[in-house]
Formats: sequence, structure tokens, C-alpha cells
Amino acid sequence: MIEVKNLTKAYGDFVAIRDVSFKAESGSILGFLGPNGAGKTTTMRIITGYMPATAGTVLIDGLDIFSQSLEARRKIGYLPENPPLYLDMRVEAYLRFVAKLRGMPRAKIEPALDHVLEVCGLTDMSHRICGQLSKGYRQRVGLAQALIHDPPVLVLDEPTIGLDPRQIHEIRGLIHHLAGNRTVVLSTHILPEVSQICDKVVIIADGRVVLEEYLKQLPGGTSLEDIFLAAITKERHDEGASAEEKLEEVGAGHT
Amino acid sequence: MKNSLTIAGKELAGYFLQPVAYVVMTVFLLLGGFFFFALLRYFEVTLTAYSAMQNPAVLQRLNLNERVIEPMLHNLAIVLVILVPAITMRSFAEEKRTGTYELLLTAPIRTGEIVAGKFIAAAAFMLIMIGLAGMFPLILIAFGNPEIGVMFSGYLGLALLAISFVSIGLFTSSLTQNQIIAAISCFGALLLLFIISWPAQAGGTRFLGLLQYLSLPDHFAQMVTGIIDTRDLVYFLSLIFVALFLTQRSVESARWR
Repeated sequence: MIEVKNLTKAYGDFVAIRDVSFKAESGSILGFLGPNGAGKTTTMRIITGYMPATAGTVLIDGLDIFSQSLEARRKIGYLPENPPLYLDMRVEAYLRFVAKLRGMPRAKIEPALDHVLEVCGLTDMSHRICGQLSKGYRQRVGLAQALIHDPPVLVLDEPTIGLDPRQIHEIRGLIHHLAGNRTVVLSTHILPEVSQICDKVVIIADGRVVLEEYLKQLPGGTSLEDIFLAAITKERHDEGASAEEKLEEVGAGHT
Repeated sequence: MKNSLTIAGKELAGYFLQPVAYVVMTVFLLLGGFFFFALLRYFEVTLTAYSAMQNPAVLQRLNLNERVIEPMLHNLAIVLVILVPAITMRSFAEEKRTGTYELLLTAPIRTGEIVAGKFIAAAAFMLIMIGLAGMFPLILIAFGNPEIGVMFSGYLGLALLAISFVSIGLFTSSLTQNQIIAAISCFGALLLLFIISWPAQAGGTRFLGLLQYLSLPDHFAQMVTGIIDTRDLVYFLSLIFVALFLTQRSVESARWR
């Protein structure tokens, strides 16, 4: 389970996310949606402990990602936006290194390695050098890396980007299959992906959560696209309105 | 510690997955061999000349340590000023650029362990390289009769110098994601350590005394002449410690930006 509580992150003067809160339950897949630059990657980097938030906290199965960082990080499998591969290593060696890095006992590494290679369709590629793989295969190695220590929490930043339609289909199937009793958070801006595999959707726009809802509870008849567009334009509208009000105030001050 | 060794193993193997390590070792050993040959040749000529002059007092004072090993080690120290940046520039800068930094910093390990792992690997690489350069004294031992203790002290000095250099290289690499910037700033820092005492040679104030203390060649020269003084050991060890401490701070601070 992931509980995100009132996260705010500022880079200098620029506030990337403001007061973001949501909850992802165990055994469910949460789709994290938003236009480009809305703060998806920033939020995920905070959830995974890559950087601390300016304010607010994240609890991973009850462990605080900041104050109990090592324990919390042990529970997470993370696929960043760009798969973090060492381009001159072989796939096998790379995955073994990641497994050790995440503190897996030696005896468990080999079976886990065979398992993720198979699950991610990489068995034939295990001796290849990462730098020679195509984008799609790199993405799979990235996924294998996130899965190898069998983490209860998976955070995937745009897992299907750069894949061909067949691979997208496979990876979606894989994520669906993986969910089991895990907590999965995946970010995307492909809407059908969310309606196909997610249980819950969180929409973020301009650094704020504008919608958090179970897919089942979304009003029937409306497509996710309509809801998404309505949610992010409403946000813009509000801002526009407040700007107008401010202008009026300024005007009032002058007269 | 286990995590540090995991990273060290990966890093050390990584050096040899790229041609850079082989090129660096080859250049180091070729230049070392050239210095050795040239100095030995010069030694031989001097020896023959003084023998012809029948001057036993001077002949007594000519020895292999002073005439061959000492100057060779000083030259190799300068070669390291150029080669070490080439080895260490990748360590952090490349991870930042390719995004693997995100893997390291989200893994359940401390930043200190990451820095320690990279340091162990780079130091081990230097020890292998300097160990291979140990063939020159072995040749002297086989065919002549040099003082082994003095040579050992000199090589220990070179190893400490290389490991200090490596720590400084890790620090400059942790500051940037650009390898060229990492290499150039490391080179600048290392060269500065060599020349830092220049203003002090005019003598004078306490500040200049500090510069004199910081000067690397003075401490290195002591060890090369066969004197293992705790002051020099402390100098090198504190250089290593300070550089690694700064590296750890710099890696940690990257999270906060």
C-alpha cells in the first residue's frame, strides 16, 4: 500500500507539485495520469525515495520513505522514465548486480533471474550487451530490473513508452498479471491503457490532484477521455478565473 | 560493507568492459618502461665513466635507488596527474547522464556505501597498475643489488599518491554530469597540489607554511627516498578522507536539489 500525503516539491522558485495526496491499495493498479509536465515523474521520484519532498510524506506499507528510507526502499521496484541500464554490461550480469544491490540473498538470485527473464521475454537475450538492445528490449530489461527482488510495491514511470503495439499488449498483460497482491502505480498519458488495466485513476494537472476515483465508480456512459479533458480544463479554467479576479482587484485599487 | 563490495565489483569489471582501462594501463607501463630504460642506460654510462676515472669515492655514492628508481617514480607521479582523471571522470558523471543514478539512489543502500564502492574499485585499479609497474624493481633485483626497503617505500608512496588522486577524481566527478568537466577540474586540482608550495619558497608567513605543508611533492619525495614518516602517511590519508567526505556530501546533496 502506498499513501501519499500532502506532497509539495519546489525546485527553487518553481513549484512542481502542490499538496498532492492519494492512496494506492494493495492488490490494485493505480493509473497516474496527467499532461506532460504535470508533475508525474516528480511525484514518482519522491515515492521511490530518489529525492525528498519539500513538504508532506509518503508511506510505503506504513514505512516512511524519508525517515525509514532503507526499509521502505527495499519494498519498492522502480522503473524510471528511462530504463537505468549500464550499457556496456550483459543483461544477465546487470540483473544479478541489481538483485545484489537490493539485498537479495545469494541463493535466491539465480532462480529469480531465470524467472524474470522468462516473464519479461528476455531468455534469449540474456547474453546480449544492454547497449545493443532495441528500445523495446531495453524497456523490458528495465521492467525485469524492477521485478527481480519480487517487491510488494511497483512504481512504473510510463512502462509502455517506445514499444510496438504487440509489445505494449504483452507488457500490459504482464502488469495485470503481476498485480496479484502487489501495489502497482503506473504513470502514463495513454488513456486506453488506464481503462484496460487499472482499478483506480488519479489525474494530476499543473502539480495538483484534480481527480482520484475508482474506475468502477466513474459515471457510466462517459469515456475516460472526456473525464480527463474535463478535469484538466477545469483546472485551467479556475486558474484563469482567479487571474481575472486578481486583475479586477488591481483595477479596483487604482480607481 | 557488502553493498560497497557489490558496487566495487561492478565498477572494477566495468573498467575492463571499456577500452579506457587498457589504454591507461598500457600508456602508464610503456612510459614507465621508457623511463626505466633511459635512466638505467644513463646510470650505466655514468658508471663506466667514473670507473675509467678510477674514482672510488664517487663510485661508492652511485646507486640504483637514487639514480634509477627515484627519478622514475617522480616521473610516474606526473604521468598519474594526467591518467587518473581519465579513469575517474566517468564514475559519477556517466551515471547521472545515463540515468543509472536513479537506480543507485533508490536502491536500499546508503550514499556512503556508493562512494566507498566506487573508491574501492578505483583504488584497486591503481594498485593493479602500480603492481604491474613493480616489474622494474624486480628486474633490478634479478640483475643488480638495490636496496629493497627503499624501493618498497617508494612504491608505497606512489600507491598512496595514486589513491589520493583517485579520491579527488571521484569528488570532481560527483559534481557534474559532464565527463570532460570532471576530468579537467580533477587535472587542475592535482596539478595545483604539485605547485601549491611555489609562493612559499620565498619563505615567510604562517599561511605560506600551510601551503608548504599542503604541497604534495614534498611528502612524496620523503617516501621515495625511503623515509616512511607518519607525518607523510597522515598527509595522504587525510587527503583521501577529506576528498571522500566531500564526495559523500556532494552525492547526498544532489537529492536535495
